[in-house]
Amino acid sequence: MTRSFTSATTLEDALAALGSGARPVAGGTDLVVGARQGKAPLPDVIVAIDRVESLTGIVEIDGGLRLGPLVTHEEIVANEVIRGRYAALADASAIVGSHATRAHGTIGGNVMNASPAMDTGGPLLCFGATANLRSNGGGRAVPLAELWTGPGTTVADTRELLVGLDLPAPGPTTGSAYVRLEYRRQMEIAVVGATAVVSLDAGSVTDARVAITALAPTIRRVFEAEAALTGTDGGGEAIAAAARAAAAASSPITDVRGSAEYRSAMAEVIARRAIVAALARARGQLVLIPASTTTYGATGGSNT
Amino acid sequence: MKVAATLNVNRTAYRVELDPHASLLDAVRNNVGLTGSKEGCDDSECGACMMLLDGKPVNACSYLALQAEGREVTTVEGLADGDELAPLQAAFLEQGGVQCGFCTPGMLISATALLREDPNPSDEDVRTALSGNLCRCTGYDAIVRSVRSVAEAGTAV
Repeated sequence: MTRSFTSATTLEDALAALGSGARPVAGGTDLVVGARQGKAPLPDVIVAIDRVESLTGIVEIDGGLRLGPLVTHEEIVANEVIRGRYAALADASAIVGSHATRAHGTIGGNVMNASPAMDTGGPLLCFGATANLRSNGGGRAVPLAELWTGPGTTVADTRELLVGLDLPAPGPTTGSAYVRLEYRRQMEIAVVGATAVVSLDAGSVTDARVAITALAPTIRRVFEAEAALTGTDGGGEAIAAAARAAAAASSPITDVRGSAEYRSAMAEVIARRAIVAALARARGQLVLIPASTTTYGATGGSNT
Repeated sequence: MKVAATLNVNRTAYRVELDPHASLLDAVRNNVGLTGSKEGCDDSECGACMMLLDGKPVNACSYLALQAEGREVTTVEGLADGDELAPLQAAFLEQGGVQCGFCTPGMLISATALLREDPNPSDEDVRTALSGNLCRCTGYDAIVRSVRSVAEAGTAV
């Protein structure tokens, strides 16, 4: 097929292009890199969606948030509402790629690329995010828990475009954190990652969400880990039990970034760090963003 | 099939004919003819190809050239003011921040983006910001020193 490239400026144009077989590109930080690495060749027919104004922006709705799919990681990290109420998402976006990746890479691309190692997936899943998909034929809302079907695959049809991510309002006294094991500060992909979102009432955990990253074919919540925290005082024993449950639920692969054995061993450590950081934030203690850096004891984190 | 496009690079408009799959790096090096930006890994690991796109750093090897139409691209060639080196370029020379030089264009772009955002970064901030740029000569200390010297002098980049 002849290669072609168009740049859409309206959602209608973008959906029309997808309807006739084009594939979308926004920041290109997954699509083009994937092609360079030989994962999949670049599509013959490409529609750039980065100039579609209606797909941008972070809007507060009923105490929750709507993220346009073109929102970049840089915008997420800079957003005060996200840094405050959805800190785990800021933790994640703050460590995606390098400052170049974060300036152009989008939340929509991250979600729809469906990597089991994506940093933002665990936080979005734990915050109960819903993906709004649109095509020429109509739209549907898919909870993230049902969006990913395996490494690199989603329930979305090729004609569908992610047009927004809805995050419900977190409960009062909620703290969250995303932590990953990494070998390099930037341009790194999680070796193992974990997300925790915990809500407290009078010192006891009323709700807990725990998700594991790069430890299963898709990012997934671990209900056993959540149950180990809920109803407790969030003390050391409960944290240890939850971290063990997160590790027990993992089914990692061996690849260039780590062996399955190593990942399994580290799952408990990283899950524990995420839970500890989330609880600390829920209790009003300062854990700098990104929590990943902070929990390693390095001085790279910054809340300014 | 090639597509006609205009790329604005270092405040100059270039008419070019591009393959829809061409990367911005490929277009700038081979169509525009500016070869300061380097191809290291060609998959966003090393940062040697880094340019500014509307003022923000981009790994040009992994960005489609046609997406840059209508945007302002700045390469290492665009940092100097005529024959007058940019403060970061001068600092890299004075502080020994250049060894083989292959990573230098990307380092300079990365450091420019950093200092424009945060004129007074700590050593740690500089190291973090530059950790998407690899120096295979491992001359990082001198590179960090170069960037810090510009920050300490308070010179605008």
